[in-house]
Amino acid sequence: MSIDVETKKTVKSITKKYKYGFTTNVESDKAPKGLNEDIVKLISKKKDEPKWLLDWRLKAFRAWLKMDEPNWSMVKFPKIDYQDSYYYSAPKPKKKLKSLNEVDPAILSTYEKLGIPLEEQKRLAGVAVDYVFDSTSVATTFKDQLAKLGIIFCSFSEAVKKHPELIKKYLGTVIPYTDNYFATLNSAVFSDGSFVYIPPGVRCPMELSTYFRINAENTGQFERTLIIADKDSYVSYLEGCTAPMRDENQLHAACVELITLDNAEIKYSTVQNWYPGDEKGKGGVYNFVTKRGACRGNNSKISWTQVETGSAITWKYPSCILQGDNSVGEFYSVAITNNFQQADTGTKMIHLGKNTKSTIISKGISAGKGQNTYRGLVRMGPKATNGRNFTQCDSLLIGDRCGAHTVPYIEVKNQSAKVEHEATTSKISDEQMFYCRQRGLDQENAVSLIVNGFCKEVLKELPMEFAVEAQKLLGISLEGSVG
Amino acid sequence: MLKIENLHVNVEDKKILQGLNLKISPGETHAIMGPNGSGKSTLANVLSGKEGYDVKKGKITFLNNNLLNLEPEERAGEGLFLAFQYPVEIPGVSGMNFLRTTINSVRKYKKQKELDGVNFLKILRKKAEFIKMDENLIKRSVNTGFSGGEKKRSEILQMSLLEPKLAILDETDSGLDIDALKTVANGVNNLKNKERSFLIITHYQRLLNYIVPDKVHILSNGKIVKSGDKNLAIELEKKGYEGIK
Ligand SMILES: Nc1ncnc2c1ncn2[C@@H]1O[C@H](COP(=O)(O)OP(=O)(O)O)[C@@H](O)[C@H]1O
Ligand SMILES: [Mg+2]
Repeated sequence: MSIDVETKKTVKSITKKYKYGFTTNVESDKAPKGLNEDIVKLISKKKDEPKWLLDWRLKAFRAWLKMDEPNWSMVKFPKIDYQDSYYYSAPKPKKKLKSLNEVDPAILSTYEKLGIPLEEQKRLAGVAVDYVFDSTSVATTFKDQLAKLGIIFCSFSEAVKKHPELIKKYLGTVIPYTDNYFATLNSAVFSDGSFVYIPPGVRCPMELSTYFRINAENTGQFERTLIIADKDSYVSYLEGCTAPMRDENQLHAACVELITLDNAEIKYSTVQNWYPGDEKGKGGVYNFVTKRGACRGNNSKISWTQVETGSAITWKYPSCILQGDNSVGEFYSVAITNNFQQADTGTKMIHLGKNTKSTIISKGISAGKGQNTYRGLVRMGPKATNGRNFTQCDSLLIGDRCGAHTVPYIEVKNQSAKVEHEATTSKISDEQMFYCRQRGLDQENAVSLIVNGFCKEVLKELPMEFAVEAQKLLGISLEGSVG
Repeated sequence: MLKIENLHVNVEDKKILQGLNLKISPGETHAIMGPNGSGKSTLANVLSGKEGYDVKKGKITFLNNNLLNLEPEERAGEGLFLAFQYPVEIPGVSGMNFLRTTINSVRKYKKQKELDGVNFLKILRKKAEFIKMDENLIKRSVNTGFSGGEKKRSEILQMSLLEPKLAILDETDSGLDIDALKTVANGVNNLKNKERSFLIITHYQRLLNYIVPDKVHILSNGKIVKSGDKNLAIELEKKGYEGIK
């Protein structure tokens, strides 16, 4: 049975009972526009979810109805009409192209600048890949290897079916369904995402990335990820990809929950390059993400590294709740805003346990008319004896029509805790530009070099295979920002 | 190599260069001397294409190119190098990375193949050793936290790696102790050949004991007021700028 027919049947089977007039729309492979309990039920039913998960979604939906869209951040955008989008559409297989000749030359030129190998370019652009390079079989080989170690790495939907006890135990325990407007919306309507479980004592032997995950296409809009590192385990997870990503959905509201038990460590790296809109500020993705990790166990560690170059609006604060004694939280961030892009990003480090430590390194780069805000909270709870935080927030301005803002919040409720905050704002000077050009670099390469230097402390946290592409990406994102 | 004819340059409506003429042939080393504020750095900056200088009149020919029509990076590609009087710091960019990027940019301009890591390192080590530049210094961020002498040494290292056709040294000697001065001079002398030309801007005759110029010019009030051989520098040292006029 084709997906389309299947969808229509499911929609039909439940629409009979409801009053929203689905019947007029069943010719499409999408549920009608708008958001109501029926849609939430449809999503859950379509995924064959257990009742407790549907109930959780519904509780979230009811909570969401009573919430207001937050307005405290620096980002400005026209009011979103939540009843004017689709919350369920059947995963359509993308139309396969025959060769790279059919791909938009602008996209190809970006691939080239990023140094992405030809076969990989084809995969990204949706060109049918022949048997010589079969990513599915590569993925299968890795899956076997992981399975031997007891590592679970699969789509969220698959995990709900195969490991319901883990999902039930951990889902929503770091980001409760009532957390915030966008996380609550995600809890009600999330489509799919990734699930990772590392068993006690296992060090995951490879970087886990969405690249090696099967069945994970088209999960963009309301993605949900859950990663659990059991005692004494370690995993490094990569999200996203440097290649430009286009999506017809303007609103993205993802949730990522991380949990580390005693002595465990999760390193989570993101490169976000969603469509930022054009030079005039038209279009682009609104990226409202909730990411949070809980260091539940003693001596555990969670480290976030992010390179945010895409999206018209970025609103995200990957955070750490340092519950276990001696636990460590880190946040390394590069955020670029060019043209009309806006970013309001930062972190929260919530110190609850004794001897907890956190480090925040944020590098904001603004060019064009871009607006870049660092917003961070460091809280030392009453029991956070000897808690330590170090925050370094640097802003770099290119041109004089952009803006950089730093909004640090600090709350200290324990006398022995120490919080240090340093902030700088600088410009790429004419002297630096001239020096580089006198040595033979053109303007764009000069900017790219200087910006990469500015971001070095963050870039060195990225896994090798990501770092090289990320460096090139910074240059590409700033193209046209000088001269 | 280089021919400057009747050059007039203003900075913010202030007349700095007023009818400067200079001709440097391949293989020649010229020295320009002049008091503070006479326009020596202005000349170096105009030659290398820095913005903010208003060329009112005159013509500059560099290897049959109309130099003033070229972007700074094109001039670098054509073989013009400026050792800065005040080299700028570029935090976070390692010297290693910077040097390799610049060499490969220039090679690309000349349509030569880029140097790979191994070959680059080989060449770099040899040149760094010659001018006694510590490898640890090259691993650090470009010029960041360098002493004055370290900055100048680093300029000479870049020059010897880029192998320019015309190198302009803007007061590379100032702030150097005698040993550093000798190594810098050594670096320059080592690069001298029949094709390569140098324009040495300096305040003092001292450097010219080590880098012997073919011609010495005295710049005053935006013009070359006197030219001669290396003895002119010695005379100047004795009599001062006032005595020469
Ligand atoms: N950017 C500038 N703005 C204003 N005046 C300048 C600028 N650069 C140089 N000048 C002036 O031009 C004159 C020549 O300067 P410069 O070329 O640096 O001299 P030198 O290198 O011979 O000491 C000086 O009077 C100096 O004050
Ligand atoms: Mg000067």
